[in-house]
Amino acid sequence: MASWRWFHQLGSPKWFYQKSASWLPWLWVATAILFAFGLYYSLWNSPVDYQQGNSVRIMYIHVPVAALSMIGYLAMAICAIIGLVWKMKMAFMVTRAIAPVGAAMTFLALFTGSMWGIPTWGTWWEWDARLTSELLLLFLYLGFIALHSSFADRSKADRSAAVLAIVGAINVPIIYGSVKWWNTLHQAYSVTKRGAIDPQMQTPLFIMIGAFYLLFAILVIVRLRLEIMSREGKSQWLQAEVLANRSVGVKS
Amino acid sequence: MKAHRKKKLLTILTALALLSTAIGLLLYAIRDYADAFYEPSRVVNGDAPLNKTIRVGGLVTAGSVKRSSDSLYVEFDITDNEETITITFDKSLPDLFREGQGIMAEGKLIDHKTLKASKVLAKHDEQYMPPEIAATLKKSHQEGVKKMTNQGDKQ
Repeated sequence: MASWRWFHQLGSPKWFYQKSASWLPWLWVATAILFAFGLYYSLWNSPVDYQQGNSVRIMYIHVPVAALSMIGYLAMAICAIIGLVWKMKMAFMVTRAIAPVGAAMTFLALFTGSMWGIPTWGTWWEWDARLTSELLLLFLYLGFIALHSSFADRSKADRSAAVLAIVGAINVPIIYGSVKWWNTLHQAYSVTKRGAIDPQMQTPLFIMIGAFYLLFAILVIVRLRLEIMSREGKSQWLQAEVLANRSVGVKS
Repeated sequence: MKAHRKKKLLTILTALALLSTAIGLLLYAIRDYADAFYEPSRVVNGDAPLNKTIRVGGLVTAGSVKRSSDSLYVEFDITDNEETITITFDKSLPDLFREGQGIMAEGKLIDHKTLKASKVLAKHDEQYMPPEIAATLKKSHQEGVKKMTNQGDKQ
């Protein structure tokens, strides 16, 4: 079926390994441009907040990494389902590629949140529903990594860790909904609430969100290429690919 | 989709739905404990225990802040627009503390109207704007209130 071609192509490590090599330079350029604009606007050329002063600038890092920590986990869970149902090895490789990147985003979200909490709330940690569920997310990512590496048999590791990824995904809507369902120290939605963030702050925020999404994609692609290398090391196409690259390296 | 894959997908989705329901029910059962703080109306109703460390939260009532002249001791009221309770505190307040601001206080209830706080934290709302715009908004709000009062006088 023609419409499913992309799905089968993405499922082929060979196709992805060869194509992604040509995507990466463009992605790096786009990311660098977005970060250059985003950091300039968010750190220098945007107004201070009427209450928080300069502390508001932490938002330009905190919001993108916090969003990615949740989206990364959902992506991991969806790939885990695809891997279990269609027995697609690429899907399992993607879950492995995402896990440490997602964990890093979650750690950054918690860390920048604490740094922001000290000057604004007066504390770096409080056991409210939002902070606690985000901490749980970090442990779910770390649990996924630990569980996967505890099996000697790779396909067993893939399937067991996939179950954890799927079950843990229930936490993501809880993180998102926490500030609405319960009263928390963390403030309610502002990014998705119209008019809550002044346009002069919203524009740099959206640029930074775009920059972080691209960076996340790059990191996952790079890790996925390494994962393909470690799993498909014995296949002829990969050996040919690596040899071809090496001879190019020798010539130049 | 092949039959065995469909079956597997359905199994996973059903398990996920059941598990979500279980966790949803669990969160519903503990909803009162999942809250970070008691609102003033719940304190006044007697939902919050006396002489036990708890957290309360609400907006600082305008004009209620009374500071001691020779120490850090401060008293203020917080409200959830239904009931009001008084907070007493003797340490330094966070920078964002001001009238109308949302705060969270941790401490013990002396009676159903008064909390002796050991910690006061500032909550900040989801509004982000530059100081000039905040000033303009405040000004236009005050003018609007004045206009309404004037109209009220004429009638």
